[in-house]
Amino acid sequence: MPELKAFKDNPEEGRLFHIRIFTAFAIILLLTAGLVVRLVYLQVVGHQMYATKAKENSIKIEPTVAPRGIIYDRRGNVLADNIQTYSLEIIPEQVKDLNDTLTRLRQIISIPDEKIEQFHKLRIRQKKYTSIPILSNITAEELTRFSVARPFFQGVDVRVRQLRNYPFGELTSHVVGYVGRINEEEMKVLPVEEYRGSTFIGKLGIEHSYETELHGKTGYSEIEVNVQGRPLKTLNEVDPVAGANLHLSLDIELQKTAFDALEKYNGAVVAIEIATGGVLTFVSKPGFDPNPFVVGIGAAAYKELQKSQDQPLYNRALRGLYPPGSTIKPFMALAGLENNVVNTRTLLSCPGFYQLPNDSHHYRDWRKGGHGPVNVSEAVTQSCDVYFYRLASMLGIDRMHSFLSQFGFGKRTGIDLTDEKAGLLPSREWKLRRRNQAWFPGETVISGIGQGYNLVTPLQLSRATATLANNGKIVVPRLVERVDPPSLTREVRNPGATTVALQPNNLKTVIDAMINVVHSARGTAQRISGGINYHIAGKTGTAQVINIKQNASYNESQIAFKQRDHALFISFAPAENPKIAVAVIAENGGHGGAVAAPIAAKVIKQYLTGANP
Amino acid sequence: MSFESRREEFKTPTLFERLVGKLHIDIPLLMSLLLICLLSFVVLYSAGNQDIGLLLRQAARIGLAFGFMIVLSHVSPYQFKRYSALLFGIGVALLIAVLVLGHIGKGAQRWLNLGFFRFQPSEMIKITTPMMIAWYLADYTLPVKPFQLIVAGVLILIPTLLIAKQPDLGTAILVASSGMAVLFFAGISWRLIGVIAGLIGAITPIIWKFFMHDYQRARIITLLDPEADPLGKGYHIIQSKIAIGSGGIYGKGWLGSKQSELEFLPESSTDFIFAVFAEEFGLFGCLGLLLLYLLIIGRSLYIAALAQDTYSRLLAGSLAFTFFVYVFVNIGMVIGVLPVVGVPLPMISYGGTSIVTLMAGFGILMSIHTHKKLISN
Repeated sequence: MPELKAFKDNPEEGRLFHIRIFTAFAIILLLTAGLVVRLVYLQVVGHQMYATKAKENSIKIEPTVAPRGIIYDRRGNVLADNIQTYSLEIIPEQVKDLNDTLTRLRQIISIPDEKIEQFHKLRIRQKKYTSIPILSNITAEELTRFSVARPFFQGVDVRVRQLRNYPFGELTSHVVGYVGRINEEEMKVLPVEEYRGSTFIGKLGIEHSYETELHGKTGYSEIEVNVQGRPLKTLNEVDPVAGANLHLSLDIELQKTAFDALEKYNGAVVAIEIATGGVLTFVSKPGFDPNPFVVGIGAAAYKELQKSQDQPLYNRALRGLYPPGSTIKPFMALAGLENNVVNTRTLLSCPGFYQLPNDSHHYRDWRKGGHGPVNVSEAVTQSCDVYFYRLASMLGIDRMHSFLSQFGFGKRTGIDLTDEKAGLLPSREWKLRRRNQAWFPGETVISGIGQGYNLVTPLQLSRATATLANNGKIVVPRLVERVDPPSLTREVRNPGATTVALQPNNLKTVIDAMINVVHSARGTAQRISGGINYHIAGKTGTAQVINIKQNASYNESQIAFKQRDHALFISFAPAENPKIAVAVIAENGGHGGAVAAPIAAKVIKQYLTGANP
Repeated sequence: MSFESRREEFKTPTLFERLVGKLHIDIPLLMSLLLICLLSFVVLYSAGNQDIGLLLRQAARIGLAFGFMIVLSHVSPYQFKRYSALLFGIGVALLIAVLVLGHIGKGAQRWLNLGFFRFQPSEMIKITTPMMIAWYLADYTLPVKPFQLIVAGVLILIPTLLIAKQPDLGTAILVASSGMAVLFFAGISWRLIGVIAGLIGAITPIIWKFFMHDYQRARIITLLDPEADPLGKGYHIIQSKIAIGSGGIYGKGWLGSKQSELEFLPESSTDFIFAVFAEEFGLFGCLGLLLLYLLIIGRSLYIAALAQDTYSRLLAGSLAFTFFVYVFVNIGMVIGVLPVVGVPLPMISYGGTSIVTLMAGFGILMSIHTHKKLISN
């Protein structure tokens, strides 16, 4: 074999080769050790971090929004519910040419410009690959037209969405309120976990103040997704807990009666069930249709509502500030009697005006010739101003303030609505603090007939009246009677109600005088006494126009009407066993007895007899 | 007669020993290889999302590769030496052919379509290059002289550059290192190794500028800072590190790789299969796998050490070392210490040609180990 020569077996060479083999193996071991070090770094040192990253990679939390609670009135009528609607929506990331798509879409379905604007605004705020509504609640006809053309609209689809619905519209706008899309400011303060996936939030009224209960608990599913975000399987599912249903003490039929009874007048009617404090009617007229607010009212429509001189967005019952006028007199009379400044036999003469010592100013009575000498009962029945000018001077502002504040004047009633106004019950301390001025005796005089600085809300008036009817036991007005299932976090009834200490005979004197307001021949609300088999205790009032219209620019032809006084009436019935207290304010209604009292009478009649006038 | 064969005369060989002798098989190497192939099935089943078809295709390839190994183990090293230059020449010619009329696959020209099957000449050159260098150096007295070194260098550079041009950086590195391993075992002085290292350092910028494609450059940049482009070029490395790291010490268990199952980890059954293995079997599993590789490499080096002629020694040493380079480059890139160069994890990654080449290498090693008596005769 000649090739054998080629195979040398040089010992020197063999030794060198063996050294190299060992060296190579050493190098291999060294490099392998390097790999091991790196593996230890990744799998031991960095394990926690990488494990977290792996989880974040593949697990997506998908929220399941709970259905919002239904709002019922006391008879079970639905005031707010959720309806299934068809919503035209776009996923912008799936659309090639958005402007072209929108133009073509508008050729088959009419979409107002403002909806397009709104869509663009929403689009900026939303996460990627979110379906963004462009037209909520489309009609069946629009749905059909779109369905036919759908293949030509990639990224556009119709989805079924739950939409809040208010069947009574304007009638309940200031009580129930409405929900709207969550805005950016709300987004910042809301609990992220709870509102993940939610679109709507209560903006006003009960929808706002009971947001937590109505919203329910958002459920979620942990979904394992692959790299494209395609869901593969559900790892864990937590069902949502539906929002609690609310049962209001409100009687929607009574509400409608009160609303209609106001006729052409703007104003408020608040009726309270005395035994419970449950609010039976809570009318603020005019109202507005809350339904457009749910899907986002257009800027133009909103501006119109805002600019309207009737101020439909203003909740008069809760926030309207009016001088109580003569409706303060029964409380003033009680103040005089309880402080022993006057008794039932005290006669104060009314020559038609009142003068302070060393002051030429005439504080006039509404009746030119005056009422002559009157006792406290007659003063209330006939609404004698001079009697109360005198009484106020005798009491002084300090005693007036401390007595009247017990009935809740100048304080929020604590009703289960937010943004309630406290009104104003003036005092020496208040004037010094707010105006840095001393109190003048003349201000005491006019406060005696509910003018001057005094301001009340219709809600406050009805609460004070209910407290009076309730033998001084303070009534806390409540709209929500029952939360179903019961809320663990909210005390629906206020157990801390206290009592205004009153002498029974003093109370009887005042209530009898109030009965006479309606049922005696000389009473200022005598006209409502006909055709009823129970007694109404009431008091009329007239308030000079000073507040909410001050800055508005009037229509020339309306000036005369708009400068008329507001008509007020407070009442409760049956007088001997009071069940309902009603306060009415008819703006620019003139005299309380003529305009406001009949409204209250209708509400009382329907509540007590069930008769629907 | 050598000492070993004389001793064998005193003992009657058992039936098993005679059978093994006839089969020209090295039992420890074969056992280790079978073990690692078994492991490959286990990991592939999980990484391939429990696709039985994929396993069967891989089993067919492994069967073919083992067959090829056994065939080669019967060929005497003398024949390898004799045809070294010819095979190398054919390999280089095929590489040129690929460049000229290569079939476009994966945006790179690597395949040669021979009608009935597709052939990857770069795989063949992985074996023929060390054969060529060993053949060239075998007739000189070692250690190598500078002139031989230059010739050898040119011989290595020709296929390396042709493959790099395809472009297939991973294979180019393997071919170059297989050739250089021969030089190392041929005993070039440490001074020369230093000079070569310096030279490589010097030509790296040139390679960077003229011989590397944008995607190759991007891979190296990505390695240095994967977070800079987490969804683009850094994605592979980030996801693979997440897979390995989340495996921890004990791993998530077999079929527990979320990263692979949910498709976050790309190429999970091919180049990045080590990440799946590490996620499922943890640090302990990785240590076990490395140990198994070291066993194979150690046995191969042992075979090289026992080889009786220069050609066999150099070739066996080079094959053993190149096998390690394979393992190191793949694991290194998967764990984020080397650039992503597209080298599969030997014996475990799914894929055809590379396993045939690897087993061919082991066939040659077994041939070297089992033909010694014949040589000494």
